[in-house]
Amino acid sequence: MAIRFIILTLLFLSSCTIPSLSLYEDQVGLMDWHQQYIGKVKHAVFHTQKTGRKRVVVSTEENVIASLDLRHGEIFWRHVLGINDVVDGIDIALGKYVITLSSDGSTLRAWNLPDGQMVWESFLRGSKHSKPLLLVPTNLKVDKDSLILVSSKGCLHAVSSIDGEILWTRDFAAESVEVQQVIQLDESDQIYVVGYAGSSQFHAYQINAMNGELLNHETAAFSGGFVGDVALVSSDTLVTLDTTRSILVTVSFKNRKIAFQETHLSNLGEDSSGMVEILPSSLTGMFTVKINNYKLFIRLTSEDKLEVVHKVDHETVVSDALVFSEGKEAFAVVEHGGSKVDITVKPGQDWNNNLVQESIEMDHQRGLVHKVFINNYLRTDRSHGFRALIVMEDHSLLLVQQGKIVWNREDALASIIDVTTSELPVEKEGVSVAKVEHSLFEWLKGHMLKLKGTLMLASPEDVAAIQAIRLKSSEKSKMTRDHNGFRKLLIVLTKARKIFALHSGDGRVVWSLLLHKSEACDSPTELNLYQWQTPHHHAMDENPSVLVVGRCGVSSKAPAILSFVDTYTGKELNSFDLVHSAVQVMPLPFTDSTEQRLHLLVDDDRRIHLYPKTSEAISIFQQEFSNIYWYSVEADNGIIKGHAVKSKCAGEVLDDFCFETRVLWSIIFPMESEKIIAAVSRKQNEVVHTQAKVTSEQDVMYKYISKNLLFVATVAPKASGHIGSADPDEAWLVVYLIDTITGRILHRMTHHGAQGPVHAVLSENWVVYHYFNLRAHRYEMSVTEIYDQSRAENKDVLKLVLGKHNLTAPVSSYSRPEITTKSQTYFFTHSVKAVAVTSTAKGITSKQLLIGTIGDQVLALDKRFLDPRRSINPTQAEKEEGIIPLADSLPIIPQSYVTHSLKVEGLRGILTVPAKLESTTLVFAYGVDLFYTRLAPSRTYDSLTEDFSYALLLLTIVALVAAIFVTWVLSEKKELREKWR
Amino acid sequence: MEKGKGVMGSGRRWAVDFTDNSTTPSTRDIADPPGFSRASQDQDDSTLSRQKKDAEANWKSQKAWEVAQAPFKNLMMMGFMMWMAGSTVHLFSIGITFSALWQPISALQGVGKVFEPYKDSKVDLLGPKLLFIALNLGGLALGVWKLNTLGLLPTHASDWVSSLPPALEVEYSGGGIPLQ
Repeated sequence: MAIRFIILTLLFLSSCTIPSLSLYEDQVGLMDWHQQYIGKVKHAVFHTQKTGRKRVVVSTEENVIASLDLRHGEIFWRHVLGINDVVDGIDIALGKYVITLSSDGSTLRAWNLPDGQMVWESFLRGSKHSKPLLLVPTNLKVDKDSLILVSSKGCLHAVSSIDGEILWTRDFAAESVEVQQVIQLDESDQIYVVGYAGSSQFHAYQINAMNGELLNHETAAFSGGFVGDVALVSSDTLVTLDTTRSILVTVSFKNRKIAFQETHLSNLGEDSSGMVEILPSSLTGMFTVKINNYKLFIRLTSEDKLEVVHKVDHETVVSDALVFSEGKEAFAVVEHGGSKVDITVKPGQDWNNNLVQESIEMDHQRGLVHKVFINNYLRTDRSHGFRALIVMEDHSLLLVQQGKIVWNREDALASIIDVTTSELPVEKEGVSVAKVEHSLFEWLKGHMLKLKGTLMLASPEDVAAIQAIRLKSSEKSKMTRDHNGFRKLLIVLTKARKIFALHSGDGRVVWSLLLHKSEACDSPTELNLYQWQTPHHHAMDENPSVLVVGRCGVSSKAPAILSFVDTYTGKELNSFDLVHSAVQVMPLPFTDSTEQRLHLLVDDDRRIHLYPKTSEAISIFQQEFSNIYWYSVEADNGIIKGHAVKSKCAGEVLDDFCFETRVLWSIIFPMESEKIIAAVSRKQNEVVHTQAKVTSEQDVMYKYISKNLLFVATVAPKASGHIGSADPDEAWLVVYLIDTITGRILHRMTHHGAQGPVHAVLSENWVVYHYFNLRAHRYEMSVTEIYDQSRAENKDVLKLVLGKHNLTAPVSSYSRPEITTKSQTYFFTHSVKAVAVTSTAKGITSKQLLIGTIGDQVLALDKRFLDPRRSINPTQAEKEEGIIPLADSLPIIPQSYVTHSLKVEGLRGILTVPAKLESTTLVFAYGVDLFYTRLAPSRTYDSLTEDFSYALLLLTIVALVAAIFVTWVLSEKKELREKWR
Repeated sequence: MEKGKGVMGSGRRWAVDFTDNSTTPSTRDIADPPGFSRASQDQDDSTLSRQKKDAEANWKSQKAWEVAQAPFKNLMMMGFMMWMAGSTVHLFSIGITFSALWQPISALQGVGKVFEPYKDSKVDLLGPKLLFIALNLGGLALGVWKLNTLGLLPTHASDWVSSLPPALEVEYSGGGIPLQ
């Protein structure tokens, strides 16, 4: 008996080992994928050494500096600078350092070219803002050092390229000169610095670059005034526009004399009305002027006359000049022609001659060419070949060489605005027998290998084969729905106005679509994605579709654009340019007979517009008319307002789908003491399993579960800046929980000495928020749980058994439920970029917080750590319930990083989507990089693990059956022998 | 009981009966000793068998009482095991609890069978049966109590509300910070 007990106890103990969420090394990449991007390229510098790997160094609009392989487009190294550290210029110095100027010209860094290590960093100070300019002359050398000239913040700095030491500084801001260009004179150590003082005074300084000594200073006034960019035509001549933007001014500063020459644009035979601007370029003897929607190439003749060389439409793009072999120059012109793109490389100054002319087929989903960079190489026959790096409208980067696209990168994925998911098509019946047999054979083979692995019989090759099978499982990248709901399409909207559908299995792009640009709208911007139609019950024949809400322009008054995109095919079904604007989009919890979701668009006049515009939609809406509310958070004015639908719009044009609203309530925060910095509401599609929380004493607490709950955080206006800008005494953080129907403040709490930024997540009946505590000099996380006190009386078992309760009856916010809250606060080590919470299909599985840390990783933190019922010495019953003893800070367990060893550079958002399997949730983290994985917060209690050996199970069953048969035969024989005896 | 039977029945191979049961005095030469009456011996014989029967009945009833009290030992044993198993839900405690529930139930089902051998017109089995049933019911109660301590009985409000879905809301609201 005792032995049995001990054995049973041991068995029990071994079955309840501490659950860990970490991965084994060989599980990496099984259900997660990671993709690296760089963003839209702004500058590119080629580095083609004669030996070694050829590479191009680029800087992008996502503040990324990267070195790319010219052969395949892979990233050698990459650095993501901070969100405010915008790259102004890059160049290569000494042939081994990449020099970057960033943060509005205040930070100069040198990176080692082969491996991207930072070599030095210099901070350049200045008093005034000016155009940041970076100049790395090749011939200004002192011993082994060479100079870097940086003009920024009103000063000119000369920096040593070996150690970043500032050799000399000249302040032009003191003379109120705004530097426009820094020009290096050929073959000398003298530089020219030209700039304006005011709008009409032109200054030219001649400076010895070696010591910063001023050699000469000329100034002259031009009555017309200057505006816009300057174009350097030669080392002593530049061209700019006068304030009327109709006269081109040629400024020459030869021989210590400044001369102006005016050329009226109309004299060049051009209509100068409209938008005229000089485009920055570095062509010798030539410059580009953009007038309305065409571009002019204008040449400065030897007699200092201007003449139009060529006129092209605005879609044509010109590269900077490239110096190749003995001072020869070349530049590339890229023109569009139908589905093709023509690339011509022309020698400098000679428009009519072509060095290379190529025409390549271009996918029209890539849009127009935005930028082109060229580079030359020596062919085997010693002639010069050219390759072009092209940046397209959809932010993709292509390398073109010999009329072919060598590689391309979809870098729009670095700038995701919004993400939603879509189901895949249902698997069709009727799979061919041969395929089944083949897959059965494969299946058996795979399982035999796995079995070998389990029994430790596998050779190293087998192990590699097993790993390859696991990683390249065709199951996970199939284009059909699976039973567990793991395979989905991630629909992402990017800043490039391109929509991508990524397969959740391996992250590949299934389709991409550059949104159609209508004639009426010149600069559309995209805002958000919504699930428009998700057929599941009826209307199964329809394809699911998403709604893309955009805006024509950037102001909130700009008219809205709606696009509907089929998520199976990636085709734009429809597109509307609306007459009204859209400041809010509300997906309603109602769908029509074709499973189209009803959406309300709120315009800037507080009118709401119903979509889809069908009579069925309006009848559904009218049934729920009085129960639909909306609220607006005006962060700038410190006002939160609640609105209700009033009546149909009154106007000249009768619009059945437009409704007026009226203000029901408003909460006005005192401007002098509170400033709204965060407003978070619950996810509309979140599923909650139960309304009761059972405590260890079998007591019941009723959760206050309302979707109409808004969490608002306000800080003292003084403390709304960055951390450290305010004293703890004058900083406070006030958090509110507001009912958005009635405007009732359910809960209010003040954290003294705390300040933002606040990141919060609201789920079920709790809110977790992250802020900075100035007194403790640490970040803190607080949790507040909300319980419904008015339901607390429902504790009579008999009544509950008989169903005599009103716990499931629909509730209204006007019934004024009484609530209680419980809060607790903990220290947290990291600062946070984003917070999300896992969501599962039925809401039964326990929750985890997903915290995007400052290190661009995603940390999974059990909600159990943020439980207001934690105490220092929990009772035995509480321990059994799973309450963790209270500690002052939240633990960061290295194994619980969801992103394991990877980084999601520039992390901006985390999306969680429930899978069909209750235990599992799908997580997609995006920033410059993308990361996707599958999480099971309470482990996969409802399915066998991926590496479960079915073959072993099968083998065991077969062996058992065989054993039974053999023993049966043996026993029969023995019995017979007994009987004969 | 089985043992007794064995001794009386199959234990002997042969027997000499010294008692002469013939009642006819003519076959005897010798007169009966004084004070001996043949009739009384006859009478005695019948009283002997009656006595025998009485003893058996006594014995049966005694045994029946013993059988009826047997679950008590079981009860003690079960109690000890339950105490050993503790109050947390795991394989061992569940196994013990269910065996504690199953044993009395199966015993109660077979009450008639258990007391079958002691069936006698002279023996009153009601008492032992009642005791047997009471003790088994006690065992059952112990099992149920154990089930309750394990928290497997829906006796709390929490057991009835934890599966209730959240109440639906009448109103719907949306909105937030305007789209940027």
